[in-house]
Amino acid sequence: MIEIKKLTKQADNKLILRGIDLSITQGETVAILGQNGAGKSTLLKVLATLIKPTSGLVKINGLDLKKDHIEVKKMFGYLPHSSLLYDHNTPLENLVFFGNLYGVKDVENRARKLVNDVGLSFFINEPVKNFSRGMIQRIAIARAIIHEPKIMLLDEPHTGLDQGAITILNNVVLSMKEKGCTTLMVTHDFKQAAAICDRIIIVKNGKIADDFKINSQSLSLVSEKYQVLVEGGS
Amino acid sequence: MLRAALTIAKKDIYSELRTKQVLGTMIIFAGLVILVLSFAFDPANNTTKAVIPGAVWIIIVFSGILGLNRSLVSEQRNETMHGLMVAPMDASSIYLGKFMANFSMILIVEIVSIPFLFLLFDFKITGSILYFILVLFVGSFGFIAIGTFLAALASNSKSSEMLLPLLLFPMTSPVLIGVTQATKIILTNMEKLSTALSWMQLVAAYDVIFFVLCFLLIEYVLEV
Amino acid sequence: MSMNLEREKAPLPIVDLAPVKSSMLTKILYGGMVVSMLAAFYFIFMYAEVEKTMGAVQKIFYMHVPSAWVAFLAFFVTFVFSILFLIKRKRVYDTYAYVSAEIGVVFTAIVLTTGPIWAKSSWNTWWAWEPRLTTTLILFFLFMAYLMVRQMDGVWDKKARLAAVFGIIGFADVPIVFFAIRWWQSKFHPIVFGDGPSQEGGGIAPSMLVALLVTIAAFTFLYAYILHKGVSFENMKIKVGHYKEKLREKLEN
Ligand SMILES: Nc1ncnc2c1ncn2[C@@H]1O[C@H](COP(=O)(O)OP(=O)(O)O)[C@@H](O)[C@H]1O
Ligand SMILES: [Mg+2]
Repeated sequence: MIEIKKLTKQADNKLILRGIDLSITQGETVAILGQNGAGKSTLLKVLATLIKPTSGLVKINGLDLKKDHIEVKKMFGYLPHSSLLYDHNTPLENLVFFGNLYGVKDVENRARKLVNDVGLSFFINEPVKNFSRGMIQRIAIARAIIHEPKIMLLDEPHTGLDQGAITILNNVVLSMKEKGCTTLMVTHDFKQAAAICDRIIIVKNGKIADDFKINSQSLSLVSEKYQVLVEGGS
Repeated sequence: MLRAALTIAKKDIYSELRTKQVLGTMIIFAGLVILVLSFAFDPANNTTKAVIPGAVWIIIVFSGILGLNRSLVSEQRNETMHGLMVAPMDASSIYLGKFMANFSMILIVEIVSIPFLFLLFDFKITGSILYFILVLFVGSFGFIAIGTFLAALASNSKSSEMLLPLLLFPMTSPVLIGVTQATKIILTNMEKLSTALSWMQLVAAYDVIFFVLCFLLIEYVLEV
Repeated sequence: MSMNLEREKAPLPIVDLAPVKSSMLTKILYGGMVVSMLAAFYFIFMYAEVEKTMGAVQKIFYMHVPSAWVAFLAFFVTFVFSILFLIKRKRVYDTYAYVSAEIGVVFTAIVLTTGPIWAKSSWNTWWAWEPRLTTTLILFFLFMAYLMVRQMDGVWDKKARLAAVFGIIGFADVPIVFFAIRWWQSKFHPIVFGDGPSQEGGGIAPSMLVALLVTIAAFTFLYAYILHKGVSFENMKIKVGHYKEKLREKLEN
């Protein structure tokens, strides 16, 4: 589904990504771990077509990231650090706006349903600027999946969420997975990574340091490997 | 493409109509410009009438630049611009949507402030109102088309509100020369209408050339 | 810990610091510039006759016109390299565009200072809203704006991309600016300026024309030489940046 070959990205003189080779099949839920500044967000941005890679090849379902960018963009649901929401608008307006951009049919009902799903139906007509961080994140998640994407790119979706919100998020990921959705998730939360992901990628210094599959809930394996690779010295 | 652009324009105009932040600022600013003009040029003096056609464009340019800057800087909050860029459309759709929103906004400012200017300076149009509207349309189109583009370019800078005028004024000087000349003729001296028409043709040609150029190049401006 | 230090001592990079050879091109440009400059001085001060009404002040004309030529040439070069950069995304194209714009600013500034001197002695006014002079003024502002875009903070390729875009539309703007200004002004000074391609062309003596052409050639060489030097200088700066970054990485890991 996602084919990445020899992907590099250079900013000024600094190599942020130095040769990523990665292949992800449909339906996988992949957690991307790594220290701050390892290049995880950059990798997601390249995939989301926000950043042009310096060199290398990315194919999504055989489609070229640049040439068929409209088709490719339709498949992605992207959730970066920032919420991508308009502060002055209500959750409903935000979702309807982005839904319209993606050409979602019957967008208003879909938006209402999503707001319900993330548990904010009481606030559906409040401007987003009055929301707390956790509430904003829930709407941001709803925004990312408004068009039922085939691939989700989530950048640290767990940060700032309370237990209830984490459960909602995990349920969203799992239910999307049932529909055959592929997920790439950058996270620092090993527990959540182990709970919902079936493959772990550890990025270090712009390269993939490890790539392994895990069975359900093997949290200790993840932290062990991470310790060895990242914190245990070079 | 047009559908996405319309969605963006509608979003901008709709949220503007609710908050009235930018539009209100632009109109108040236009009023202040008129006030300053009345200090600089005595409204009771008859020779002042000669500067009114120019004053029309001073108002449009200065209040327009406020709105232009805002329309793209406002997309930086929560990085909503990235949200637009990952949506399935070309960069030119974003440009077109922003252009339409800004253009409608400047038209509203013109509708409110120009009669006000004429009223306060007791200016009687001896020319043709129809042609006047046409020249306003053609001139604002060019100014906003290139202005939206350069605002997108300048929004990458931390001090975009300072950078934008420096980029915009030299670039739009042909439009400004053309429309001030045409406006002067149309408002006061209809005998030379043919000259005014050729000025408008020049501005229209500029509009077309730069609209197309901006359309082609916006993709390079809206890369991260 | 001590083990680590031991291990990291060895591979400090032996940087290839071969002295930058002065290439053939540099020599040719340098020679051409020196020779043509000397020739220009000879033609300006010895060969060309002194203008009757204006006297020696007229000599400033040999500074004014070639500077204007170089300024427009510089902007054209910026335009071409901006397009090349957007297509190929190679850093050297951007460097050429940038250095050329910097040179252009200097030469437009020369035009804008010599112009009023000329105007004062010829038309007894410091500034004439004359099409070519006014276009140069706007060109100066466009160049300045271009350099302002370069001053933005961010990574180089972003600045280069935005500057290239601005360079392209700025250059596309210049002919329209010139046309608009000429049209605007022709109503007020139709006789003095006419609409021929060169106002000086009418009454210029042959010896003056020769001197002018030689000076233009000299200035073109000067421009090419400065451009070449400036680009090698920028390239060196970029290289130093690379080495610094490499060294920093080595020290970090
Ligand atoms: N626009 C940029 N310009 C320069 N350096 C950048 C830019 N974006 C990211 N970086 C650098 O790239 C590295 C990786 O960043 P990022 O992908 O955000 O890391 P992560 O998400 O893994 O914490 C960091 O060292 C950061 O400083
Ligand atoms: Mg990150």
